Amino acid sequence: MTAAKKQLAPRDNGAPDHMKMLHPAMEKNYGKWKRHDKIRPGVLKYTAESGDAIFVVRAGSPRTLSVNKIRQICDIADRFCEGHVRFTTRNNLELVVTDEKDVDPLINEITSVLGFPIGGTGHSISNMLHTQGWMHCNLPGTDAAGAVKALMDVLHEEFTREDLPHRVKLSTSCCQINCGGQADIAINLQHHHPPKIDHGTVQQCELPKVVGICPAAAIRPMNVDGKSSLEVVEEKCMYCGACHGQCPSMEIRDPDTDSLAIWVGGKSASTRGGPSFMKLAAFGLPNNPPRWPEVADAVRRILDAYRNGAREYERIGEWIERVGWKNFFEETGFEFTKYHIDSYRFARTTFNTSSHVRL
Amino acid sequence: MSDEPKTPLLDDLEEGPWPSFVKDLKDLARTKPEVNQLLGQMERSYEDRVNYWTGTVLNLSGYGGGIIARYSDLKEEFPDIAQFHTIRVIPPSGFVYSTDSLRELCDIAEEYSSGIMQLHGMTGDLLMLGSDNEQTHEAGEALMERGWDIGGSGGALRTLACCVGQARCEMACFDTMGLTKHLTDTFIGELHRPEFPYKFKFKLSGCANDCANSMQRSDMPVIGTWRDEIQVDQEEVRKFVDEHGEQYVVDNVVSRCPTQCISLGEGGIDIDDRNCVKCMHCINVMHTALAPGKDRGATILIGGKRTLKIGDMMSSVLIPFVKLETGEDWKCFTDTVRGIWEYWSENALDHERIGEFIDRVGLGVFLESVGIEPSPQMVRHPRTNSYIKFEEYAAPRAGGEPVKAPNIVDKDEQAESA
Repeated sequence: MTAAKKQLAPRDNGAPDHMKMLHPAMEKNYGKWKRHDKIRPGVLKYTAESGDAIFVVRAGSPRTLSVNKIRQICDIADRFCEGHVRFTTRNNLELVVTDEKDVDPLINEITSVLGFPIGGTGHSISNMLHTQGWMHCNLPGTDAAGAVKALMDVLHEEFTREDLPHRVKLSTSCCQINCGGQADIAINLQHHHPPKIDHGTVQQCELPKVVGICPAAAIRPMNVDGKSSLEVVEEKCMYCGACHGQCPSMEIRDPDTDSLAIWVGGKSASTRGGPSFMKLAAFGLPNNPPRWPEVADAVRRILDAYRNGAREYERIGEWIERVGWKNFFEETGFEFTKYHIDSYRFARTTFNTSSHVRL
Repeated sequence: MSDEPKTPLLDDLEEGPWPSFVKDLKDLARTKPEVNQLLGQMERSYEDRVNYWTGTVLNLSGYGGGIIARYSDLKEEFPDIAQFHTIRVIPPSGFVYSTDSLRELCDIAEEYSSGIMQLHGMTGDLLMLGSDNEQTHEAGEALMERGWDIGGSGGALRTLACCVGQARCEMACFDTMGLTKHLTDTFIGELHRPEFPYKFKFKLSGCANDCANSMQRSDMPVIGTWRDEIQVDQEEVRKFVDEHGEQYVVDNVVSRCPTQCISLGEGGIDIDDRNCVKCMHCINVMHTALAPGKDRGATILIGGKRTLKIGDMMSSVLIPFVKLETGEDWKCFTDTVRGIWEYWSENALDHERIGEFIDRVGLGVFLESVGIEPSPQMVRHPRTNSYIKFEEYAAPRAGGEPVKAPNIVDKDEQAESA
C-alpha cells in the first residue's frame, strides 16, 4: 500500500453534532416535551408543548450487527422515520414516526425484515447488557453474545409484554471484571483458582505493575531459574483476575472449573430507596454453551418467585428487601450457604445486627 | 465453499425467537469470508470453553488509545483473523443517528474491516470489529476525514454516554446530549492521550431514573434534579385518583415515597418539597399530573466503578446542586473537573480509580484539596467512630493555645464580622 506518504486526516474532531442526527420532530421540540403515554408494550407516545406528537417504537437488537443488517435498519428508517434512528443504553433500537397510522406498518417491517421483537418498555424485561466474550475479548471465561441470545430466547415473551411487577434489567459478564454492570439479575463468571503463572513469558509484562494491581497484596517477586518472575500467595488470592488483565501470563481461567453465579437486586436508579448493589443468589452453575440451560432455569425460578411475590413498583431487590432473604431462598429453592456471607471489606455492614428475624 | 468451518454449536443459536447474531454473521460471511473464520474460532471456544484472543496495544498516529488490538491464538488455522482489531468510535450523544451517517459508517466498516459493528459498547462507543494493523490505520483516517473521531481507552477520559434527555423526554432536567458533546469536545485531549492514573468515565442522566446507568458505571455521574417544587396539576391528580382509586395511589405513590413527604387529601396531593429527595418515583407513576420543578440543574457525584479491583463502588454526592444552563455554568463545571483531575493525577497510585483514591485519602481531605465545601448531603450520616484527627488541636497548638470547637458558630462573632 502507498498509504505511508498520505497526509493524515484532521485529529481531535470531537463528538458528532447530535442535533443533525435527530428526527425533525425531536429537533423541533428539543427541551419542550410535555408528557408521554404508554400506547402498548414497545410503543410510547410523546407529546410536546407545541402539540406535536411522536410515536416511539422500541425493538430488541442483538447489539452485534452486520453492515447488511444496519443498512436494512436504515432502509426502514428512510421509509418510515425521515431517515433517523436511535439506540438505547440497553442496545434496543428505537424508531420514531409522527403519524399513529404508521406504527403498525413500521412494526410489521421491523418484525418481518429485521426479525427484531417489539418491547422492552415499562414493566418488562429489557435487553440484556453484555460485552464481548469469546467473540472479541482477551480475558473471558465464557461467551456473552451467545449467552444473551440463549437467555433472551427463553425470556422473549417477558420482553414483549409488560406484565411484571416492575422492570427487570439483566446483564452478563464473562469474567470477574464484571463489565455487564449492576442488574436486577446478573449472570457472572466465577474463577476458582489462583492464577497459573507462565514463568517463561511473564517477563514480557511490567512486573511491578502486576504486583501493584493485586487488591489482596498476594503477588510478590520471585526468581525462577535465574529469571525474574512472580509468585502468588495462594491463601491471600481471591481469584479476581486483576493480574490477568495486567499480564496474560497470569492465567486465571480454567475451563474445567470456571462456573457461573447469579446475582440479584442491583439497581442504578435513585428512585425510592436509591441505587443498590446486587447480591449473590446462586453459584456453581455449569458454563454450558451453547444454551446454558442450567442458568436459564435458575433465572426462570427467580422471575417466577418475583412475579408471584412482588408488589407493583417493587424491583427485585426491593421485593427481597421487603420479604427478607429467608423467604427469597425458600421461594427460589436455592440453598443458602456460608459462601453467601460476605468475607470482604465491610462484611460486617451486611450482617443482621438486630433481633429482627423472620421465623 | 468447502473450507467453511463447521459450527454445530453456534448453529444451534440460529434457532429461537430472539434475533440471532450467528445468522446475521453467516449472511455477512458470504461477502466477508473472514467472518466464517471468526465463527470457526468462536465454535472452538464453545467446544473447549477456552478463549483464543490475545490483546495488545495498537495506536493511531497522534492518539494513545481507542484501538482494541486482538491477535488470534489460532492464526494457522484461521489466518484471515490473525489480526482482528476493534476501533472505538465516538457516537453522537444519546446514540441518535441519521441514516446517512450510519450508512457512511457501514461503508467504512465494510471497506476496512470485517463489516461487523456493535451498537454500542458498554462504555458507549460505537465499535467496528475486524481490521488488521494496516486497515486499522486506513479506517481511522477514513473516519476522521469524514468528521468522526476515535474513542478512549486505557488511563484516559473514556467516551461519554448519556440518556436521550431533552430530545424526547419531559423528565430531563438539563441538556444531557448537549453537555455530553461539550465535555467530549472540551476534554478531547484527555480522551485521546492517556495521562490519568487510570480510566475516568462521565455518564449523564437527565433525572434520577438514571437511564445512562451512571451511578455504578461512571466515575462522575451527572444526574438531573431541581431545587424548587414539584409541579402539580391538581386537576390531573384528581383524574388519576378517580381512574385508579385512592387505595392504588396510597399503595403505589404515597407509601413508596422514600421520605414520606406526600399526603393525599380532598384538595388533591400535597408534597413537602423541602424534604423531597427528587427520586422521581411519584412523577414516574403520575407522570401526567406531576413534573419536576422549574429551577433545574444537576447533582454531581463521584467515585462509581465496577468490581475490579477492590469491589464495586457506588458513586457518592460531590456537589449537591449545580445549574447547567448557560455557557458560564458549563465552564464552571469543567473548571471544577480540571481541578479534581489535577489533584487525583498528582496523588493517585497507578491504576487507582478516583473512588478508590477517595477511599484511601478520605472524602474530607479530598474535598478540602479540590476546594469543595463539605455538606451533610454528601453523607448518609456523620461518622460513628471517635478517632478523629482535629487539625485545630494538633501539635504545636496542643501546647495550650485556646481552641474553639470548629463547627460551633459563635452568633455574636458572626454578626460582628458581617
